Amino acid sequence: MNKSQLIEALAKDQGLTIKKAEMVINTIFGSVEESLIKGDRVEIRGFGSFKVKDYDGYQGRNPKTGEIIEVGRKKLPFFKVGKELKERVDN
Amino acid sequence: MTLTKADIVANVYAKGMLTKAEASQSVEASLALIKNALASGEEVLVSGFGKWSVRHKAERRGRNPQSGQPLILPPRKVVTFRPSRVLKAKVQVKDQDQAAPAAQPQEKESSAGEPASKPSVIRKGYF
Repeated sequence: MNKSQLIEALAKDQGLTIKKAEMVINTIFGSVEESLIKGDRVEIRGFGSFKVKDYDGYQGRNPKTGEIIEVGRKKLPFFKVGKELKERVDN
Repeated sequence: MTLTKADIVANVYAKGMLTKAEASQSVEASLALIKNALASGEEVLVSGFGKWSVRHKAERRGRNPQSGQPLILPPRKVVTFRPSRVLKAKVQVKDQDQAAPAAQPQEKESSAGEPASKPSVIRKGYF
């Protein structure tokens, strides 16, 4: 399922116009994104939580050439699956 | 501050297109639609944000950490999330403004100090 399919499904499910459904979906992901950019956590019960993880720099290798490269510190968004979703997917 | 579902509902309501009840129900419904898709094994792709997919983990041998008893862990399905390149870059921005300009000159100095010879020595030992 992609974003436009999600928007259509939401419109149908809730009897909303596509425009309104699009606003809802964009606001949900926009809010999550905004929080993560600020470095804040996001917690949605039953679904999961998002946070930004800090990774230290390390010495890596280019797997093709074997060349040593310095990998700098980085931040990456991380999603932890919530309990309910985890159990439903694995049932 | 942690962002919660209530905050997201408030943000949706603030757009002024829905009533409070509609805002709350449609956020709930959106999450339910995503969860249903994943529960049925389908992946969910939100371009510019990321992709959730269901991975099948094979059966494996494990151990009860308390008793040391070996046991077989059954195959299972797990949800994984891969952030999009765009989201990764956006999360990075703040840090790079401060850290990168300070860190990179240092790295360049040290690698310029001991040129090509060092990597090749390490490479010999490695292979």
